Amino acid sequence: MKQTLIALVEDKPGVLNRIASLFRRRNFNIESLVVGKSETSGISRMTIVANEVDRRKRGNIYFNLLNLVNVVAVKDVSELACVTREFIFIKVQAGPDKLNELNQLVKKFGARIVDMGLDTVIIETADEKEVIDELVESLAPFNISEIMRTGKMSMRRGRTHKVSSEKINATAEEVNWQPEQIHTYHN
Amino acid sequence: MNERKLTGAEIIWECVVKEQVDVVFGYPGGAILPAYDALEKYRDKIHHVLVRHEQGATHMADGFARASGKVGVAMATSGPGATNMITGLATAMMDSVPIVCITGQVPSSVIGSDAFQEIDITGSTIPVTKHNYLVMDIHELADTIKEAFHVARSGRPGPVLVDIPKDIQNQSIDFQYPENEIDMPGVVNPPGATDEQINTLIHMIEAAERPFILAGHGIIMSEATGQVIQLSEQANIPIGTTLLGIGGVPASHPLVFGMMGMHGETWVNQAIQEADLLIACGMRFDDRVTGKLENYSPNSKKIHIEIDPAEINKNIHVELPIHGDLQTVLSQVNPLMKKQDNRSWLRRIDSWRKESKGKDIIHQDTEMLMGAHVIRKIWEGTKGDALIITDVGQHQMLEAQYYEHEDPRTLLTSGGLGTMGFSLPAGIGASFYEKDREIWIIVGDGSFQMTMTELGTAVQENRNINIAIINNGYLGMVRQWQEMFYEARYSETPILSPDYVKLAGAYGLEAFRVEELGDVIPTMRKAQKQSGPSLIEFVVEKHDMVYPMVPTGADLHEMIERPVKPSNGKLPSEKKESVL
Ligand SMILES: Cc1ncc(C[n+]2csc(CCOP(=O)(O)OP(=O)(O)O)c2C)c(N)n1
Ligand SMILES: [Mg+2]
Repeated sequence: MKQTLIALVEDKPGVLNRIASLFRRRNFNIESLVVGKSETSGISRMTIVANEVDRRKRGNIYFNLLNLVNVVAVKDVSELACVTREFIFIKVQAGPDKLNELNQLVKKFGARIVDMGLDTVIIETADEKEVIDELVESLAPFNISEIMRTGKMSMRRGRTHKVSSEKINATAEEVNWQPEQIHTYHN
Repeated sequence: MNERKLTGAEIIWECVVKEQVDVVFGYPGGAILPAYDALEKYRDKIHHVLVRHEQGATHMADGFARASGKVGVAMATSGPGATNMITGLATAMMDSVPIVCITGQVPSSVIGSDAFQEIDITGSTIPVTKHNYLVMDIHELADTIKEAFHVARSGRPGPVLVDIPKDIQNQSIDFQYPENEIDMPGVVNPPGATDEQINTLIHMIEAAERPFILAGHGIIMSEATGQVIQLSEQANIPIGTTLLGIGGVPASHPLVFGMMGMHGETWVNQAIQEADLLIACGMRFDDRVTGKLENYSPNSKKIHIEIDPAEINKNIHVELPIHGDLQTVLSQVNPLMKKQDNRSWLRRIDSWRKESKGKDIIHQDTEMLMGAHVIRKIWEGTKGDALIITDVGQHQMLEAQYYEHEDPRTLLTSGGLGTMGFSLPAGIGASFYEKDREIWIIVGDGSFQMTMTELGTAVQENRNINIAIINNGYLGMVRQWQEMFYEARYSETPILSPDYVKLAGAYGLEAFRVEELGDVIPTMRKAQKQSGPSLIEFVVEKHDMVYPMVPTGADLHEMIERPVKPSNGKLPSEKKESVL
């Protein structure tokens, strides 16, 4: 399973650069990264998916991220209950004759048609990766001409995992991790 | 309220003074001119050292920081001034040394236009700094500099760069120093150990029959010498040090057995390999201390006490990770630690030591002057009480082996990056803190030629330093690898030296050349008498090797030892041809 991390980072110039630089220099593979404003002003929330299976390395990625001065908190949510979504735009070549068929397919996936040109249609959906993969596969016969896809966003299910504006102090228990069990900061 | 109208340039110095910095190493240029102009007003509080190359400024700040435990400060202009700092930043980064580098930048309005001497220095130095800043608003300048010092010295220390555009230095505002406490959510103080961790640690030590303490640089930075020695004495645990751990525990202590790793002592490496418990204190299992990872101390459980959680379980899997400041954690442990009896284990290590000592060059007569003998004499001639700064190469390893350090911060050396050219500038920097100890810079002929331009700085500043050039006519450590692993093809390792005595003479210094063992101490005495810089060139055996050695890829205990001397008194590795 891929490693999914949620990070709260200060919204300052160059932060993305620092994170990208860290992953490149440590030879960690980023699969995807999504970032946007969080509920707290001045703080962005990120979902990072890394391609690392080795537990020791995963811990190392986690702590290296946490060591970045602009990173306020990190949570490894790989094994926690989360809602996850990716978003996609797909442009297919389809004249009026194909519209019916296309409509049915799109509906089946809970997707939407958001633009119709002369002989092109743009479809959008937000869903889990597997569903999106399947949608793309199903649309293949319609001659896909463009795909624009985001990486994964995750949010933990259940109670609010909110970062307060006050300083987050790590307690020993949260940071001292056993390789079998990565404890992390709350976020 | 104490509000005054100040320029950005003045704010820089106000902030530097607030950090109790009284010496700055730097070099002026266009983009940092306003700061240098404003310096005139702060002359009574700050001494500026004009270096000869900005790399030198960073190493001086680094040497000052290592010697003092305070933050060192370096300053340079934009573009080439800033890029010249990269090696020094990387050196400080690898060895966790707190320095703050302040660079000028082109005016903010032209950033991004490839203006004259514009370099994206914050972008360039992300991988070699702990953190860096580009200040785009004069209102943020003071907070930023204050933060920079805080980041540099907090947690695991490291270098920080602050880039300040020229127009920001020129603007002025009503200024009041930000006295508020720093609030940086991304910089967390390490916790102490939990009770459970302490109990586990004690239980592991009690259960062990062959425990061993690995003493690293963290001991010095955390000032935990007393705690480590107390633990060792209470539980009778032998100690080995890393290169940067030297001085962290007194070499003469009966439980301190010497350096570990590639050129460490055979008995220390042997003990690590046979241990059933390793207690790693403020070290990071660098490849130079582990040898082949798969077979590193295969039968031991491992405890790792470390301030940087990203170092724990990075190279070596450990059973008990403890994220925390070493002094804090050991202060929790020691009151609970009961006496342990490890006599038979200690006797075993001692017997390995006795066995190995016979192969040591130090106990052999040689016709040629040997690097090891020179270092040993310097140790004698300084009563083992000097502040030593070494460069990188064979002479560095010989120093680590033959100069015994009793106190923390008495050996400064570039361990992680192995930066040739470090010693002279770092020694100059250290001399601005260390006023009591004699300072000896031990440097190879190759390394000296990398930054010998700073001789000018040493003379201009009349630093009381002694430079010992160990001249073997080679990039010796590389030559050693060529001899061992490349069938003695000495590709580009013979190196010409200038006449160092004349070179020093050109700077108005009296210098000395030594070729006989008997002349080492008398010549040292002459150098010691001089005030200001002195220089001695020691002409040593060209083809000597540093033994023992763990070849790369070998297990830690698979060490090559010095071949026993043949009867004609010549070293077996000695080749007859002259290289120069
Ligand atoms: C800046 C830099 N370039 C190259 C090296 C690789 N290197 C390591 S040791 C060494 C030789 C050092 O020669 P010298 O200063 O004469 O010391 P010796 O080994 O002869 O005692 C070299 C070239 C390095 N460590 N640093
Ligand atoms: Mg040499």
